[in-house]
Formats: sequence, structure tokens, C-alpha cells
Amino acid sequence: MIPGHFAYHAPASVEEVITLLGQYGDEASVLAGGHSLLPMMKLRFAEPAHLIDINRIPVLRGIRETQGVIHIGAMTTESELIASALLNEKCPLIPEAARVIADPQVRNRGTLGGDVANGDPSNDHPAVMMALDALLVLRGPRGERVVSANGFYQGTYLTQREADELLIEIRIPTPPPGTGQAYCKLKRKTGDYATAAAAVVLQLDGTRCRKAGIALTNVAPTPLRADAAERVLEGKVIDEDLIEQAAVQAMAICDPAEDLRGDAEYRTHMAGEMTRRAIRLALQRVQGKSP
Amino acid sequence: MTRQHLAFTLNGRQVETLVEPRELLIHVLREELGQTGTHIGCETSHCGACTVDLDGISVKSCTILAVQAQGSDVMTVEGLAKNGELHPVQEGFMQEHGLQCGFCTPGMMMRAYRLLQENPNPTEAEIRWGMAGNLCRCTGYQNIIKSVQYAARKLQSAKEG
Repeated sequence: MIPGHFAYHAPASVEEVITLLGQYGDEASVLAGGHSLLPMMKLRFAEPAHLIDINRIPVLRGIRETQGVIHIGAMTTESELIASALLNEKCPLIPEAARVIADPQVRNRGTLGGDVANGDPSNDHPAVMMALDALLVLRGPRGERVVSANGFYQGTYLTQREADELLIEIRIPTPPPGTGQAYCKLKRKTGDYATAAAAVVLQLDGTRCRKAGIALTNVAPTPLRADAAERVLEGKVIDEDLIEQAAVQAMAICDPAEDLRGDAEYRTHMAGEMTRRAIRLALQRVQGKSP
Repeated sequence: MTRQHLAFTLNGRQVETLVEPRELLIHVLREELGQTGTHIGCETSHCGACTVDLDGISVKSCTILAVQAQGSDVMTVEGLAKNGELHPVQEGFMQEHGLQCGFCTPGMMMRAYRLLQENPNPTEAEIRWGMAGNLCRCTGYQNIIKSVQYAARKLQSAKEG
């Protein structure tokens, strides 16, 4: 299997990428890790006339924290997320999710930005970014704009990113002390996308939940923010009854496709179960015990 | 479509060739450069038979364009043995019967080679996690794990030795 013909561009700077995107727009695809795009090109589901390889732009890689915000370059690989001491200490949800994506070789190439910007509802990071209230930095010929991960996903492969814009950075407010996080993913085997998965972020004020972030992977045409489930937990001391109510609210918004991973009913139930598990685990991690 | 000049280091040797941008690294290694040790399995980045080392990391060469290797350092299974002597990873696969049909073996060995540099003394669980991107159709995983453990011991004793 070989992709169709295209003109290959390997710009050395973000400015050059923007110029190329401005020039070719819809005709161009951006090549990040390539582990979604190249398979699509081999199958001729994607046939860009211009391929813009952004692997040779060092400024797009790296993880740093300034003034309570974690900045992650869009081309930071899954392997780099897993190895990051900063993330493992301050936002372990991201490496936890990266560890259950694909396999070592794919994680060496696959990038956070590619996973976030692709718009495939089976990607894992979008739900994580929604639960963390991440901001996405887009740059294009008209300048730079910052959009919330919540609201970015509008449909399958349809996002707020315009064809001539590049996702350059992801910004995450550093979770305050007293935050518990968990990503629970059900998959059939290594390398599979989620049958269902849930990202949960709980900020506790003593024993009470001050703020909850709950988002779901691969159970609808887009990743889902489970606001009603969050409201069940917020302001309360979380117990098993509330966890059950939150899971019911999470299941209520699921609209999964039927595929080899299961029918809609099964995948909806699994989304509920992943929500229960992730809430329990996040709580256990922040309190050092089970609810 | 015009071909582009491609130059990179392959198993310590400078190589150059002309490629179309759409050609995959695996195809150029096998068909242009005659290095057929690396196998084409699924061509969908699942099986890992095409695993090679690219600038010190394991990658699946069916999911990388050859032009992306411009100026890089590539190592394939042909680069494992030195001066007619098997690499400890190769010796491990031989001693522990780490192959049956042998199709997955070049990719398995290249992944094991890199895994043991990332983690010279892995637990069994770490080996299974680290080798999870390589499939064996003969399902000979048990002996593959033993082969990696053999290589780890041998590399450790060589370092201490």
C-alpha cells in the first residue's frame, strides 16, 4: 500500500508552515506523527496534493510550566509525555492516557497535537484536554487565537481549526493541590481504540468536591463533556450513590456507533462503568483511600 | 512525479538514492537499497515486523515516508551482528527458541535491541509492555520473552565483565 502522489514540503519554521497553509489551504495536509494520516493516505481516504511535514521544527516540541500554566508543544510525542517528570508530578492524567494509546513504536512518533487536532472521536487526548479545561493555540495567516478544548470538537473530523491554521501548543492550567485524576479505558487489545473511556478530574476542598471535570472518549461523533455528571458531584462529599448518579448522567449523553467493539447499548454501559471507575480512582488518588 | 535525492546513514554506512515522496521507508530499504532483512507484515502499523531504529528510537518503517529519514541514522536487523559475531539479542533468540516461522523476528529483535538500551534490566512485565507493538503469528511469545531476558543478562554481564 502506497499513498497517492503529493508534493512534499519540510519547512524549518512555523512561519513557513503558515505561508504554505495560506498558499494551499484545503489542498494541504499537515504531517505530524503520521500514524493516522499515512494509513488514511495509503487507503486513499486522504489524497492531499501537498503534504506539510512539521517534524523538523524543534520549537513545536517540549513541555514547560510558567505561572501556573503547563505548555506542551503540539509535536511532543506520546513517549515524551510518558517520560515527562513535570507531567507525572503535576498532571499525571496526561501520561496515564498516553500509556494506553497504541504501542511503543507508534507512541515514539504519535504526537499530542496530532491526537488533539485530528478530530477523530476515538483519539484519547481530546477527552483528557476537555476534562482539564485545556486551551489550544492556533496560528494561521490571520494571526494567533486561543480556543478552549471544550467546544473545539464539532463533529467527526470537524473542529474549530480552519484549513489554514496550525495547532502549535496546548495549555493546561496546572491542577491545584487537592486534585485527583484518572483515565479509565476499556479496549480489546494493545493498539485498539477505546470501546469506551472516561477522563475524570476532581478538585477537592477538604472532603467536598469543589470542581469536577468529566469527559468521555469514543461514545459519540465527538468526545463528550459530561456536564450533568459533573454537577452531580460538585459541592458534595462524593459517595457510591453519587458516583452511580454521575454514571447514569454520563450514559445519558452517549450516542456510540455500533462496530466490532460492541453495539450501542454495550458501549454506553461501558462508558458508565469507565466513569464509575475513573471517579473512584481519582478520589482514591487524592484521598489516599477508596470512597 | 519527480524523484528527490535522499541521503542517510544505514547501519553505519552513508547511503543515497532517489525516491518519490510517497515511497515508504520500508520500500526504499528493501527495494532500492537491497536490505531485505526488515519485513513487510501488515503495512498498517499494527504488527511491528518492519520495526527499525531511527535516530535512536524504535519506529515502524511502513508508516514513515522515506524522505522523512533525510539525514537520519537508521539501523536495521542487518546492522546487529558485528564482525561476524551475533549480537546478544540474536544469540538470545537462537538459544531460547525465540522464533518459529521467523517472519516477525527481525522486527522483534530490533525492538528488543532498543528496549534493552532504554531499560537494561527489565522485569517480565516491562518486557511485555515494551514489546507490545510486535505481533507473532506463531504466538511464540513465551520464548520471545525468554530471548529478551537472555540478551539482557548477556549485555549486563558484558558491561560488568
